[in-house]
Amino acid sequence: MNEERKEYWRWAESRWTNPEISDWQGRTITAGVDIGSTSTQAVILVDGELFAYSNMRTGSDSPESANHAMAWALEGTGMTLDDLQYTIGTGYGRVNVPFADKCITEITCHARGANRIYGPSVRTILDMGGQDCKAIHCDERGRVTSFMMNDKCAAGTGRGMEAIANLLGVDIGEIGDRSFQVEEEPKPVSSMCVVFAKAEVAALMRSGWSKEMVLAAYCRAMAIRVCKLLTRNKMEPDFAITGGIAKNKGVVKRIEEIMGVTALEPQGYDTQIAGALGAAIIAIDMLKKKRARGG
Amino acid sequence: MSKTGIFVGIDGGSQTTKVVVTAGGKVLAKKFAYTDFDAKDAASAALSEALAEAGLGMDDVAAIAATGTNRQLIDFANSYVNEIVADAAGVHHVLPGMSMILDMGAEGSRAIDLDENGAAKTYEINDRCASGAGTFIETCARALEITPADMGELSLHYTKDIPMKAQCVVFVESEVISLIHQKESKENIARGVLMGISTRLGSMFRRLGIREGIAFVGWPANNVGLVKCLEEDLGQKITVPEDPEYICALGAALCAEKAAKKKEAEA
Amino acid sequence: MLANYGYEDASGTYYITIDTDMCAECTDHACVGSCPAGLYDIILDDYDDEVAEIREEQRNSLRTLCSGCKAGGKTDWPCTAACAAGAIRHSW
Repeated sequence: MNEERKEYWRWAESRWTNPEISDWQGRTITAGVDIGSTSTQAVILVDGELFAYSNMRTGSDSPESANHAMAWALEGTGMTLDDLQYTIGTGYGRVNVPFADKCITEITCHARGANRIYGPSVRTILDMGGQDCKAIHCDERGRVTSFMMNDKCAAGTGRGMEAIANLLGVDIGEIGDRSFQVEEEPKPVSSMCVVFAKAEVAALMRSGWSKEMVLAAYCRAMAIRVCKLLTRNKMEPDFAITGGIAKNKGVVKRIEEIMGVTALEPQGYDTQIAGALGAAIIAIDMLKKKRARGG
Repeated sequence: MSKTGIFVGIDGGSQTTKVVVTAGGKVLAKKFAYTDFDAKDAASAALSEALAEAGLGMDDVAAIAATGTNRQLIDFANSYVNEIVADAAGVHHVLPGMSMILDMGAEGSRAIDLDENGAAKTYEINDRCASGAGTFIETCARALEITPADMGELSLHYTKDIPMKAQCVVFVESEVISLIHQKESKENIARGVLMGISTRLGSMFRRLGIREGIAFVGWPANNVGLVKCLEEDLGQKITVPEDPEYICALGAALCAEKAAKKKEAEA
Repeated sequence: MLANYGYEDASGTYYITIDTDMCAECTDHACVGSCPAGLYDIILDDYDDEVAEIREEQRNSLRTLCSGCKAGGKTDWPCTAACAAGAIRHSW
């Protein structure tokens, strides 16, 4: 039931339907839509169980991105928008989900989603997106106990990594592996600002460093940066990494090494849907409340 | 020792290296070279040109003082001057009576609070984030496909305030590009960018406590739009000296002369 | 919940922490009126608690916006002084 749309983009768009659920009529159906800066996800749950999801890139128009993502998630299921009993919008474009009953911050949704994806033991979640980086601490119910976010500075985000990848002419997907093809781990890039780091990297290349050494030095700098956010917020060994950079082992392994922890493995879920999944789970609570009020 | 009385100041910046040749506090020649990959080469090149223009040779020079980020790389200098001290000396010479200085370079900026004698008292510096540096303006100008100077001119003709949401150069660059796609006028975008950077520069002064009489030096001080935005943010007229990019180098030369005189007096 | 609003850039770390567990019990919301930059707002958060937050559009300018209250190294800021519960902290 997997479908992938190959495109020239950084990652493939995809959708999924649960082959084990066919009798969804008359059951509780909730949904979550997460509009991020680079990708949008729609998740549909039937009685709290994952029924279908889609993961697409965000267009220039948020409401349209939400409509597209949900339409694709619904595609081929026989379900329509009218069957969704409660929908929550989240992410930076959350106020622009036209069919949502409510919108909730991505931090709350993310924690709740991670609680499902990694199990209730997860306490610390690091989410590294295209334009931000978040450290979230939560309890066994997936309720946020503290959070810290940085979306001001591109260092420590996917965009910073892309800028370096572009400069070196290295495919973003190859960075992780190539960053380990060094004899010895070099010193991290010292400039924190992406603009200055680019100048520093150019100078390192001129002085004879290989692309692999530069990638190692930049991945390490990024890992150090992100670890500071983690330590400042609250770090526990039951730790998970989500978001686009979770796929970059060059950064993930270095974070694990610096923090002395191993990131939890997702329990059969695509980690990119964490926010939308959390939103759809919270929607179940909201639907119950609404019904209790007789709405 | 200083029979010739010729003193040279070199400001080794991250992007350009500026040289000023002086005698008795008077500027005889000034030249710059792009720093590129070798600060020392750039300094030598600019120095030879400046001396040639003044009709002088290396033998005529009494002393060379280097300042700026790359000052230590200029190993033929006789002394090294901190750029805060050089800024203060340069401004005091050309614009006596100022109370504060803004020096903006390609990779950083500094706000300096002066005492009644024009010497530096305290300062704020930002050289680790490009959001308050000349690079910021250059990057946005490139996205607009115009020069930084044109960007300043255009911004004067804005019709609408459109504040930039982001502050990081990397994010602002994409904001500028998406505004271009939305058919926003270059005038309004230029104004938005310059207003954003002015607020950040202004906050350095707010931290020091704003006083009347601010001089603006460094290459971006030639940008009329930036000066206008800064004046609005700081609520006062900003004074830009002639050739503001050479003030720091001039200050270094003056420091060299002062040191030589002191030494002579002691001897 | 410890809600940290702010950012880190190459110049430093600038976060205002609001302890919403302490904050939810407050009814006078003195922080809102105390801040000359108008940083504080009272919202109903995702857990249905009435708490203070830092306005979203101002979170990335804290160093600039707080510079007035912090000029000359002052440490008695209006917001922390106004909060009887002691729920507000600054990281810098």
